[in-house]
Amino acid sequence: MKSIDIVEAPPGHTGSGFFATSFDEVIGIARSNSLWPLPFATSCCGIEFMATMGSHYDIARFGSERPSFSPRQADLLMVMGTIAKKMAPILKQVYIQMAEPRWVLAMGACASSGGIFDSYPVLQGIDRIIPVDVYVPGCPPRPEQVLEGLMQVQELARNESLRRRNSEQYQELMSSYNIQ
Amino acid sequence: MLTNQEVAEELLREFEEDVYGFEEPYGMLTLTTTRGQIIPMLEFLFKHKKFQANFLTDLTGVHYPDTPGLEYAVVYHLHSLVHNFRLRIKVFLAEGDERIPTATTVYESANWMERETYDFFGIQFEGHPNLIRILNIEEMDYFPMRRQYPLEDTTREDKTDALFGR
Amino acid sequence: MADIDLIPNVLPPSRRADQPELVGELTTLNLGPTHPATHGIFQNILQMDGEKIVSTEQTVGYIHRAFEKIAERRPYYQITTLTDRMNYCSSPINNLGWHMTMEKFLHVEVPKRAQYIRVIMMELARISDHLICNGILGVDTGAFTGFLYLFEKREEIYEIYEEMCGARLTTNMGRLGGMERDLSPVAIQKLRAFIKSFPPIMREFEQLFNRNRIFMDRLIDVGAISAERALNYGFTGPNLRAAGVDYDVRVMNPYSSYEDFDFIIPVGQSGDTYDRFMVRNGEIWESLKIIEQALENLPIGPYYADAPEYYLPPKDNVHTSMEALIYHFKIVMGEIDAPIGEIYNAVEGGNGELGFYMISDGGRAPYRLHFRRPCFIYYQAFPEMVKGATLSDAIVIMSSLNVIAGELDS
Repeated sequence: MKSIDIVEAPPGHTGSGFFATSFDEVIGIARSNSLWPLPFATSCCGIEFMATMGSHYDIARFGSERPSFSPRQADLLMVMGTIAKKMAPILKQVYIQMAEPRWVLAMGACASSGGIFDSYPVLQGIDRIIPVDVYVPGCPPRPEQVLEGLMQVQELARNESLRRRNSEQYQELMSSYNIQ
Repeated sequence: MLTNQEVAEELLREFEEDVYGFEEPYGMLTLTTTRGQIIPMLEFLFKHKKFQANFLTDLTGVHYPDTPGLEYAVVYHLHSLVHNFRLRIKVFLAEGDERIPTATTVYESANWMERETYDFFGIQFEGHPNLIRILNIEEMDYFPMRRQYPLEDTTREDKTDALFGR
Repeated sequence: MADIDLIPNVLPPSRRADQPELVGELTTLNLGPTHPATHGIFQNILQMDGEKIVSTEQTVGYIHRAFEKIAERRPYYQITTLTDRMNYCSSPINNLGWHMTMEKFLHVEVPKRAQYIRVIMMELARISDHLICNGILGVDTGAFTGFLYLFEKREEIYEIYEEMCGARLTTNMGRLGGMERDLSPVAIQKLRAFIKSFPPIMREFEQLFNRNRIFMDRLIDVGAISAERALNYGFTGPNLRAAGVDYDVRVMNPYSSYEDFDFIIPVGQSGDTYDRFMVRNGEIWESLKIIEQALENLPIGPYYADAPEYYLPPKDNVHTSMEALIYHFKIVMGEIDAPIGEIYNAVEGGNGELGFYMISDGGRAPYRLHFRRPCFIYYQAFPEMVKGATLSDAIVIMSSLNVIAGELDS
């Protein structure tokens, strides 16, 4: 039988029938291993996301078993594809409707910075309207890159302090985007 | 086998001096007509017993700012599926007078194609059921495909000329 | 906000006397741009009377990227990357269609081997486009399994693309005058493996769906359109063939040696969703036949045209010969000698007749390039197809039309 690697438990006190650690650790583990994505697929990167969802690359292994199309039930907003200026208010509305804690992954060159479309109707990067946590460059990025991006969001989720969303810095960040 | 010659002669017979500028770039019959005769011509070709050119392949516009009086061209590509015959009809319009009757009375597919041409060039299609912008945002106040407007977003501040040494 | 539209009283006369004045209203439902079931982003505002749709109002343009304006700026070979991103499910067809337009314009003769390789790549692209459409049609009716099986096959097609051009999805395949590299032995081996392993999976997919009672009930007689209306709306491609008109650009205006191959055009009868599904399935089998024939009869020869003004000369010539150096320089800087003129060329894309209308003024970039995008033209018929149907029917009709947002909005 092959030896199985199990992830190490976070630092804490074990006893018979209990394990004590801090809330940050436990909630971090729980959140990072069950990030439900909201696939905001607009163009070609959406097809690569569908390939990532397929059985070859399988995003479900990383906890993203249920892509939720309802913003209220999603944790991770994956913006995949070019965002035109016509679409930008809708993207912002979807982001505002998401409940905390929420993360944003900008997949592809178009979402990160406008991509190859330096033209008048294209929004040059979604970080002009919403705060972004992870950028995955590529046109389109390979599924492996998307999974790497997802793993980085998992890192962020695991190590985030529980008070971060209420901190002043975060409020400043939100108000700089005109989001209450 | 329908030939360019045959169709050209038939159109000349029907429309006389309103059809001119016959050319055959890469084998496709191209002709020019006036804005008053374009809809009768489309109907004539649609209902013609022999030609049956009943498929509108494409409808688009072109901006030629360097030819005064003929600044805008509306180009129709027609296809007769029965004879495998394609032809191209152009109508030239002058700057400031960009009106042309709509082809939606003959072809339903012209609806969005005309909206797109309006959105890009500002050509007014008279009689169109719903001539509003289709691809650009509604608040846009200029017609972007005209040659005088730039491609890039003019409000962008991180790609200014100063950064590129211009 | 619901729009209140007063509908006259619909009770039978006998019951009207004792009922108070009933007011009916239509519900406005926003099948908004972000929606799980749409293939891309376009909006439909539906006016519904209970479950039945009375009218729709469509808004497109949510992914307008101004391809036509960008193309006026770019030299001819840089426009290939733009064409990739139109119908991104079958990029090689768009790319090679653009190359064929330029070759026709510049009178470049492409050798037979390159034409056969192009046919193989285009038919693979057509298979992958139809796999997505039919797989997602299954997902929209609730059957997720077919999608997973078919996406495995798409991964194999991606591997063949990677052998040929380096990319999975947005391929930028081919060069003006041929292909950028020959079919390598690895690519041929992968093609043979694909041809062998694909039919059982496709047959399993067909067994799951074609005669499935629930699937048939959901799809038959839903969204039917007659051949005459379809032609008036400018339908082309599988949607038109499902309505009964056997118009296929590969047969009517053959390009790239399609006349050498023996294939039939599957045609439906009533133009409803089930016919569109079956026509796409039939086309997948026909494309597989074409790939087999092309691979068997692959001619020996060069894979690019002898046109040094347009196709980069081999590197050792560039280092030794003066003309090759000058040609290399001119091509890389984008300065090719294009004549003044205009051309319209069409290929059979995944969704229908994909046309390129180009006007050149002799410069390094086209003066005007217009893409005749099939999706944009036939999506106009959606309100007519959906009138009187229920919401779930509308979803299935939208799916079966295979509307790809990149192609809709250019």
